[in-house]
Amino acid sequence: MDTLTVSHVKKSFGSQEIIRDLSFRVPEHSVFGFIGENGAGKTTTMKMILGLLRMDGGEILVEGEAVCYGQTRTNRYVGYLPDVPEYYGFMTPREYLRLCAEVSGITRKEADKRADELLEMVGLTKADKRIHGFSRGMKQRLGIAQALLGKPKLLICDEPTSALDPLGRKEILDILSAVRESTTVLFSTHILSDVERICDQIALLHHGEIALQGTMDDIHAMHKGAGFEIEFHRKEDLEAFSGYFSGGVPAGNMQLDFPDCDRRDMLRALHTLAERDIPIQRIEQKEPSLEALFMEVIGK
Amino acid sequence: MSAFTAFIKKEFLGLFRSGKAVILLLISVLFGIMNPAIAKLTPWMMESMADSMAETGLVVTAVEVDAMTSWTQFYKNAPMALIVFLLMFAGILTSEYQSGTLIGMVTKGISRWKILAAKKIMVLIVWTVFFWLMYGITFGYNQYFWDQSKIEHPLFAAGCFYILGVWLVSLIFLSSVLARTNTAVLGMTGGVFLISYLLGMYHGISKYLPTELLGVTNVLTKSAEIKDYQASLIVITFLILIQTIAAVTGFNKKAL
Repeated sequence: MDTLTVSHVKKSFGSQEIIRDLSFRVPEHSVFGFIGENGAGKTTTMKMILGLLRMDGGEILVEGEAVCYGQTRTNRYVGYLPDVPEYYGFMTPREYLRLCAEVSGITRKEADKRADELLEMVGLTKADKRIHGFSRGMKQRLGIAQALLGKPKLLICDEPTSALDPLGRKEILDILSAVRESTTVLFSTHILSDVERICDQIALLHHGEIALQGTMDDIHAMHKGAGFEIEFHRKEDLEAFSGYFSGGVPAGNMQLDFPDCDRRDMLRALHTLAERDIPIQRIEQKEPSLEALFMEVIGK
Repeated sequence: MSAFTAFIKKEFLGLFRSGKAVILLLISVLFGIMNPAIAKLTPWMMESMADSMAETGLVVTAVEVDAMTSWTQFYKNAPMALIVFLLMFAGILTSEYQSGTLIGMVTKGISRWKILAAKKIMVLIVWTVFFWLMYGITFGYNQYFWDQSKIEHPLFAAGCFYILGVWLVSLIFLSSVLARTNTAVLGMTGGVFLISYLLGMYHGISKYLPTELLGVTNVLTKSAEIKDYQASLIVITFLILIQTIAAVTGFNKKAL
């Protein structure tokens, strides 16, 4: 069963067509990565799923029920984490969660229990001060807690990691992969490494349409490696290595890039290094960038 | 119903924690005391200035003050208090649009009309307390200092001003549904008020206009009668209803 079905959705702002013909399905208990560059229409799509924006055409079903603009009955199945979550600054996290619980019709007793569990999970148990003093990361974590409060069937996260430092990002991703057991996650991002870490399905939004969709394995099979790079300690080592292993492009004084090589080539390079006794500073498999994937998919 | 009560509780919590409640209470008490105080101090001020005025040729005879002096002050100052009140609540919805906090609530499944109703009821409760406390203080002092038996229909006059406030609060809400910024809300509310005020210069229609209620002090001195304000009161009640319905309908369709 699909938790979310988006079929032939259209949306324009004035004369600008943002979503042309968007269709995708999110199966139950998956972590679905929704990728696209800034301004591709990710947030617009999410707001339409939440009934916060009117669609110009098409249909969205959440748990089999049609989403209707303004009166959003389907939101009882949905937990939403906006890109920049905002709260009533004069409340404490616990008070805010209680408000959310009462607004969504959860009983007081259940609400207190859930609030305790969730604050524990996101690590805000000790933060018993008013929200207006919170850092971005803390707000983001509280955002996840409020989104999960009603035990949603679908958790929608709009770029939850974009504005966070590496530690904050890791925490959010850990939380998201921990909740996949109990809910379906739709999460938008432009950071491909985040997608690779936790998603099992992705859809790539480009020019208002889905340019690429599939499971992570499908996608991996589709794109070539982005190559690797080696940094040396000494110039002599670099030159020596170039003699044994071709295809390197010098980048800076101490570094060689191997842009068109795959993982097997990297293993060969490691082998050569060991065999010839050449010390290195580091060797790194380069993440295929979103752009690289993009270029492949849209054939530019 | 619990979503509605929860939201009202949140509104009041915000009112108290932001310090607005204390400020409004102080303003209300201050405006309440000011009216009898000015009336009471007028003769004393005149007397203290009498000597210097005599030098310029002005002769000050004994100044008579009574309850009416104080009530005149009350209806001179009440519009100022109302403006301060409206300024404090003009951002009641727009500040939430700006910060995006309502999105969190709407996506939790609260019906939009409940948000609007909770906010409006909160503002109206505050207006009720604010206005009648100010009125009560002035009334109490007047009763203590002077004889009020000649004041006609004091409650009717105050009620008219109170309803004028309710109308402007409804206008703030309707403007907040139509506009996105605080300035636009104040502009629209002020604009409608000004139009009504200017139209009041045409005698033919003036008695139907909401702003006509500003002249309700005439009832106190018997220079006007209650029935002179009937048309205006009917129109204003009608406007309040229409504006409320329009605000709820508009809010259901508003992009937050």
